[in-house]
Amino acid sequence: MKYFGLIFAGVARKPLRSFLTVASLFIAFLLFGILQSVSKSFETGVDLAGVDRLIIAPKYSIVDMLPVSYLQRIQQVPGVEVIAHQTWFNGTYQDPQNFFPRWPVPPAEFMQIHSEWVLPEAQLQAFINTRTGAIVGRTTAETYGMSVGDKIPFIPDIWANLDGTSWEFDLVGIYDGIDEKVETSQFFFNFEYFDEYRAAGKGTVGNFVITISDPTQANRIANDIDILFANSTSETKTSTEKEYQQMFANQIGDIGFIMTAILGAVFFTIILLTGNTMSQAVRERIPELAILKTLGFNSASLLLIVLGESVILTVFGCLLGLAAAAVLVPEFSLSLAFFVGDMALTSDIVVTAIALSIALGFIVGLPPALRAMRLNIVDALGGHT
Amino acid sequence: MAEALISLTDVCKQYSRGKLIVPVLDNLNLEISQGDFLALMGPSGSGKTTLLNLIGGLDRPTSGSVIVGGERVDKLSENKLAKWRSQNVGFVFQFYNLLPVLTAQKNVELPLLLTGMSAKQRREHAATALEIVGLKDRAKHRPRELSGGEEQRVAIARALVSDPSLLVCDEPTGDLDRATADEILSLLQVLNQQHGKTIMMVTHDSKAAEFAKHILHLDKGSLTFETNQVGSEEPA
Repeated sequence: MKYFGLIFAGVARKPLRSFLTVASLFIAFLLFGILQSVSKSFETGVDLAGVDRLIIAPKYSIVDMLPVSYLQRIQQVPGVEVIAHQTWFNGTYQDPQNFFPRWPVPPAEFMQIHSEWVLPEAQLQAFINTRTGAIVGRTTAETYGMSVGDKIPFIPDIWANLDGTSWEFDLVGIYDGIDEKVETSQFFFNFEYFDEYRAAGKGTVGNFVITISDPTQANRIANDIDILFANSTSETKTSTEKEYQQMFANQIGDIGFIMTAILGAVFFTIILLTGNTMSQAVRERIPELAILKTLGFNSASLLLIVLGESVILTVFGCLLGLAAAAVLVPEFSLSLAFFVGDMALTSDIVVTAIALSIALGFIVGLPPALRAMRLNIVDALGGHT
Repeated sequence: MAEALISLTDVCKQYSRGKLIVPVLDNLNLEISQGDFLALMGPSGSGKTTLLNLIGGLDRPTSGSVIVGGERVDKLSENKLAKWRSQNVGFVFQFYNLLPVLTAQKNVELPLLLTGMSAKQRREHAATALEIVGLKDRAKHRPRELSGGEEQRVAIARALVSDPSLLVCDEPTGDLDRATADEILSLLQVLNQQHGKTIMMVTHDSKAAEFAKHILHLDKGSLTFETNQVGSEEPA
C-alpha cells in the first residue's frame, strides 16, 4: 500500500504515453466485452430453443425452398402435433439499415406452436382473419414507433409482388415474450396473402416447424419425415430447433473460433505494444530505479513497483473498456436479437476480463520488472546499463 | 582519537572489462572516526567513487574487509545490505538524483517508506528534514521548480531524514556555482558539527575540501597522504 504513491507517480510520469497505452487497452477490452457477449449469446440462444419443436428444412441449403404440399404428408407422421411454416421475406423497411426478421406464416398454427410469444386474443383473431394482417414483437415496435393500426410497407427484394410495387401490411397486433429472455424482434404476416400476391415461387415455403407430443421420440420422428422425402427433388433435413439454430449460426462460421481468433490477434498485438512501452518506460528510469535501490529498496520492492505500474495500466484500461462495453452491448443486443440470444455483459465475462488484464499486466511488466530487480547500482549510477 | 566508525582492511577492488582486469583499489587500509568530515580528493580514475561505494555498501571489495559501525558490510546478503543502507547511510550525489515526478516532500519521504512509520509520521519527519536544510516552504515543489542549490538541499534532506550516522557525498557541489556550493558545504558542516553526522565527501574542488576536517588524497588506487585542516600533512 505504501508504494502506491510511487507506483502512481511512475504511471503519471509520461501522461501522454500512459494515456495511449490505456487507450489501446480500452479498445482491446471493449472488443473483448462485446465479442464475448456475442459468443455467449449464441450459446444462450441455442440453450433456450424449444426441445419439443422440430424444424424441417431443405437438406442442402437454407436458401432452397420446400413445397407447401409437404404439410399434409408431414402432419400424418405419428407423433406430430401441430405444423406451421415460415419463409424468409427480407425486404426493406424505410431504410436498408432498419433490419428485423420478417416472415410470412400461417397465423393460427404458427402462434400455437410458439407459445413463448404472447398476443392478446383479439389481436390474434385479427391476425388470423385479416388477409393483409401482420404482427410485430415489442422490441421492434418500440424501436421503430409502430402501433396497431399502422400500415407497414416493405420494398421487396427476394419476393416481388404481382404489381411490382411495395408490399403493405396492416399491423393488427404487438406480441410480447413470456419473460424478458424471449426475443421480440420479428415481424410476421399472413402467408395466404403473401402466396397469392407474390410473383414467383408460389406454393413453396422456407421450412416447416412442428411440435411433437413426446420429445424423446424426436429422432424417430425426424427420421420418418426425412425418409418421406428421400430421393425427391426437395429432400429434407429434420432437426431439433436447437440444432437448427446452431446450424444457422454456423452459416456464418464457427463463432467461437472467429471470436477467439480476433481476440487472440488483438491481445497478441497489445502484449507487443504494451510490453514495448513498459520496457521503454523502465529503460528511461534506470537512474531513478538505481537511486531507489541505493536508498535501500530491495530487489523485490522494485519488482513490485514496476509490476504494479504495469498491472494498474492494464486493469484501468480493462475497466474502461468493460464500462464502454456495458453501454454498447444492450444496443447491439437490440440489433442482433433474432440471430443471437439475449446479449449481456455477464459477470463471468467481467471476471474473465479482469483476470486477463491482471495476467496481461504481469506478462508485459515482468521483463522490465526483472531488469529493474537485477539492476547493478554502481553500473546504473555510472550510466553503464 | 574518537572511535572508528569505518574500518577498511587490505581492501582491493578490481573490475573486469571483458578479459581485461582493471585494478582500482590496491590493498587499501583506512580508518575513519565517528563524527569526522573527510574529503577524498584525487585525479579522475584514482578510485575515489569506488572507495565511496564500498563504504556506502553499494559495491563489494574483491578482497579485504569493510566494517562500518561494527557491521562487516561486505559480507551482508543483498537484502540485508539494502536494509543496512536504508538505516545507516545517507547518499548525496552530484546531480541530486531526485525523482522528478515527486514533490520535494515526497522525495524526502522515500527512505521512510522502508520503515514502519505511518504516513503522518513520514510527513512530519520529512518536514523536519526540509526545515533543517532551510526548504520548509518549498515542500510542495517538484524538482524542476527548484534551483540547483535547492535540489541539492532536498537531496541532503533525503539523505538525513532517516537519521543515518554516515553521509556519503559524491561531488555534492560539482554542478553548482561557487556561492551555492559554499552554502551546501556550510550546511554539511552544520550537519557534521551540530548533528554529529560522519561525512565522507568525494570532490575535485580544493575549496570544497577546505570545509572538511581532513582531506585524503587517493592516486592509482592507493592513499598517498592525509591533510588535516590545521595545515600539517602526514603520510596516509
